[in-house]
Amino acid sequence: MSGHSTYNPTNPVMKWVDDRLPLPRLMYDSFVSYPVPRNLNYWYTFGGILMIMMVSQIITGIVLVMHYTPHVDMAFDSVEHIRRNVNFGNVLQKWHAVGASFFFIAVYIHIARGMYYGSYKAPREILWMLGVAIFLIMMATGFMGYVLPWGQMSFWGAKVITNLFSAVPFFGEAIVTWLWGGFSVDNATLQRFFSLHYLLPFVLVGVVILHVWALHVTGQGNPTGVEVKSGQDTLAFTPFATVKDAFALSVFFIVFTAFVFFAPDYLGHSINYEEANPLVTPEHIVPEWYYLPFYAILRAVPDKLLGVVAMFGSILVWFILPWLDTSKVRSATYRPIFKQLFWLLMIDFFILGVVGANPPEGWWITVGQIATVYYFAHFLILLPLVGLLETPKPLPSSISDAVLAKNADKQPAAQPAE
Amino acid sequence: MKTTKTLLAAIALGTSLVLGGTAAVAAGKQKNAEDISFSFEGVFGNFDRAQLQRGFLVYKEVCAACHSLDQMSYRNLAQPGGPELSVDQVKAIAAESTVMDGPDSEGEMVERPGLPADKFASPFPNREAAMAANGGAYPVDLSLITKKREGFHFPWYVSPFIKLVKGNGGPEYVRSVLMGYEEPPAEAAKDAPEGKSYNPYFSAGPWISMAPPLSEDAVEYADGTKASVEQMSTDVAAFLTWAGEPKMEQRKSMGFQVVLYLVILSLLLFLTKKRVWGREPH
Amino acid sequence: MSTAEAPDEDRRDFLYIATGAVGAVGAAALAIPLIDQMNPSASVLALASIEVDLSPIEVGQSITVKWRGNPVIIRHRTAKEIEEAKAVNIADLPDPIARNANVADGSEATDVNRVVDGKEQYLVQMGVCTHLGCVPIGNEGEYDGWFCPCHGSHYDTAGRIRKGPAPENLPVPEYKYLSDAKIQIG
Repeated sequence: MSGHSTYNPTNPVMKWVDDRLPLPRLMYDSFVSYPVPRNLNYWYTFGGILMIMMVSQIITGIVLVMHYTPHVDMAFDSVEHIRRNVNFGNVLQKWHAVGASFFFIAVYIHIARGMYYGSYKAPREILWMLGVAIFLIMMATGFMGYVLPWGQMSFWGAKVITNLFSAVPFFGEAIVTWLWGGFSVDNATLQRFFSLHYLLPFVLVGVVILHVWALHVTGQGNPTGVEVKSGQDTLAFTPFATVKDAFALSVFFIVFTAFVFFAPDYLGHSINYEEANPLVTPEHIVPEWYYLPFYAILRAVPDKLLGVVAMFGSILVWFILPWLDTSKVRSATYRPIFKQLFWLLMIDFFILGVVGANPPEGWWITVGQIATVYYFAHFLILLPLVGLLETPKPLPSSISDAVLAKNADKQPAAQPAE
Repeated sequence: MKTTKTLLAAIALGTSLVLGGTAAVAAGKQKNAEDISFSFEGVFGNFDRAQLQRGFLVYKEVCAACHSLDQMSYRNLAQPGGPELSVDQVKAIAAESTVMDGPDSEGEMVERPGLPADKFASPFPNREAAMAANGGAYPVDLSLITKKREGFHFPWYVSPFIKLVKGNGGPEYVRSVLMGYEEPPAEAAKDAPEGKSYNPYFSAGPWISMAPPLSEDAVEYADGTKASVEQMSTDVAAFLTWAGEPKMEQRKSMGFQVVLYLVILSLLLFLTKKRVWGREPH
Repeated sequence: MSTAEAPDEDRRDFLYIATGAVGAVGAAALAIPLIDQMNPSASVLALASIEVDLSPIEVGQSITVKWRGNPVIIRHRTAKEIEEAKAVNIADLPDPIARNANVADGSEATDVNRVVDGKEQYLVQMGVCTHLGCVPIGNEGEYDGWFCPCHGSHYDTAGRIRKGPAPENLPVPEYKYLSDAKIQIG
C-alpha cells in the first residue's frame, strides 16, 4: 500500500476495472507483489491461518443461524436438532465449536510470536494495539457464543461473567440488571447475546482490515528484528509467502479436523450437554480453556473489584507494551535475558491456565497468586528494567546477511545458494 | 524444538506410568467407572448393530418406564449407523405408543397411535409429574446421558491426556452405575437415607434414588444372548451412546476422508513449497 | 535477481498442477456441506406424508389441511359441480394438462384426470395459486370454483385455471386411498 505500485494489467478487462476502481491493483499490491522478508519462519504463518479461521467461523456461524433458535425453551433442542437432523449438521456445529478453540490456539501463538520477536515496537505500535483490540473482541464473541447452546455451563458461565460487572462501585447492580434485561440470565439475555454474537464478528473483520492495513504500511517484522533495507532482503508475497502459508494452514487443519471429527467434545465441557437449569449450579464452573489464565487472575485477588480490575488489566497491559519494553533491540534472538524472561512468561501463563481449571482451594490459591504477581511483574517491572540493563548480542547488518550467515553455518562447505 | 520433543516424551511416559498403575485415584467420592472396550471407541470404531438392538430392548422394557429419551424419534431406529431396524419394525414400535395430537376440527385433542416421525413417548407429561411419581427424584432424560456424565476422574496432571485417548467415560459410567449397586459399608449404612440404594459409581452418590433396575433375565433377547445384568448394562450403555450422537459413524467416516485428503494436500504443498523456495536463500 | 519474479520455467511443472488441482477439489468439496445443509432436514422429510379422514366432510364443503407447510384443499363436490367440470371442452382450457401427480405426465385435464376414478366427489389439490403462490378462496370467481384475490385468477370446479394470470391448473399432490374414506397425502 505504501510506495509505488508495480501492477500492470495485461488483461483488458482488469485494466478497464483498474482504471475506474483500483481494486485489482490493491489486491495485487497486497497479496502478490507485496514484499515480505525472506527470513520469516513458520511462526509468521499464523496471521494467515487466523484470517482463514475467522472466515471459517463466520461461514459456519451463518449456516448454524439458519437452524438455531435463540429462545430459552428451544435453544438447547435446536442445537440438538442441528446435530441430529440437519444435513451435515453434526459436522458444521462441531466445526464452529472446535473452530473457536483453534481460532484461540492460533491467536495465542500469533501473540506470543509478536512478544518474542518484539513485533510491537516502533513503528508498529498501532498495528500491535489493533491486535490487542482484536483479541478483546474475540474474547467477547467467544464468550457470548458459548452461551447460545444453553447448556448448564453456558448458563452459569454467563451468570458468573456478567456478575463481574456488579463489582463496579455504585452502579454495579444496575449494570448487571441492564446486561441481563431482567433479574437473572434469562431469555432476554440469550437473545441479546445472540444478536451481539452475530454482530461482533463483523466488527472483528473491520478491525482486522485496519490491522492488515497497518501491517502493509510498516511492512512485516522478521525474526532478526532488523528492518528491511533493500530488495535483497525480501521476496514477493506470491508465490513465496502464499505457498508457505498454505502449507502451514494445511498442517494446522490436519490437527483441527482431527479434533472436529475424532474428539469433538474434548475441548468442551460434558456438563454443557445438560440443558440450562437456573436452580442448580454445577459443581465446578469453569470457562472454556482459552479464558482459564485470565480466570485464574480474577480468582487470585481476594477482593471482588480488584479481581475484576486485575483480570481486565492483564490484557489491557498489552496496550502499553510498546512503551514498557525499553530495549532498542526487537528480537529475543539477540536479547539473551529477555529470551529467558519470555519463556518464563509462557510457563507462568500456562500455570495460570492450570490454576484456572482447578477449584480455588488449598495450594492452588497460593500458586495462582504467585503466578499472577509474576505475570504483572513481567510486564511492569522486569521488561522496563531488562531493556536498560541487558547487553544485546550484535545484530546482523541486514536480513540477507543474517540469512547467508545461517546458511553458511548449516553447510560449512558453503555451496553458493543454488 | 528438541526441548518440546523431550517434554512431550516425558509427559507421555508419566501418563503411561500412572495408567499402568492399577490404583486409579478418584478425585472425589465417585468411584471411577470400570473401563471396558466398546466397539464404538477409537478412530475407526463403529456400533455393533446387534448390541444396539439389544440395548434398545432394555431401554424399551426397563428404562422407558421412568426415563424419557426426548431427542430421539422412532424413525431414528431405522436410519443408517444405528440399530438399523426395518421400516416396518419401526412403524410397529411407534404404533405401540400413544400420541396426543390435534386439536381436530371440533377443537378437541385427539389420541392417535405413534408414527415413525414422532418423538419417543415420554413416560410422564412433565417434570413435576415425573418427580411426584418417583418420590421427588427426577428420572433424568437419557438422550445425552453418556455425553453429559463422566465416568473417569483422574488427577489434573494426567486427566487431559487420558481423556484425549479414552473420552469422558460416559458409556462406562452408565454401565457401571447399572451394575454397580452394592451393600453399603457398615459405616455408611448407619445413616442410609430412606428409599435410596448404595451405588459408589453414581455421580451425585453414593446414595441413588433409582432402585436397582436390572435383574437376571429382565428382558428376553431375540438373538438368544443370555440377559445377565452385565450384558444388559453394557448393551443399554451402547444404545444410549448411539442415542447421544446418532450420526457418529458418519462423522468418523467423513473425518477419515477429510484428514486423509489434508495429509495428501499437505505433502503436495510441502513439495511445492520446497520447489518454490529452493532457489532462494532463506 | 528481481525478487518479484516467479520461477517461470517451472510453471507447467506437474507438481504445481497437481497441488492446484487437489486444492481446488478440496475447495469444491467444502461447498457440499454448506449447500446441502439448506436442504430439508431429516425431521422435515419425516413429516412428508399425512393421513386425512374424508368422512366428516359434507357435500359442498371443503377442508384445508397443511402438508409440507402448504395448504391442501379437499372438497366434497356437489353433483352440479362435477357436471359443470365434465362439461368443459378441454380445447378451451388455458392449461390443457391435468397437473396431477397421480396420473401420467402430460395427461389431458379432463375432470376424471383431476380426481381418482370412482371417487370423483373428492377433489384434492394444492391451495397454492400457480401464479405467485397465494391461497385461492373457495366458492368464488366466475367459474364457481376458486378465485385468487392477489392477482385475480379464476379456477373452475375441478381446480383448472380458466381466466387470469395464473399459467397452470392447481396441482394435485401425490395421494392414495388407504380405505374408503381415508387418504394419505405424500
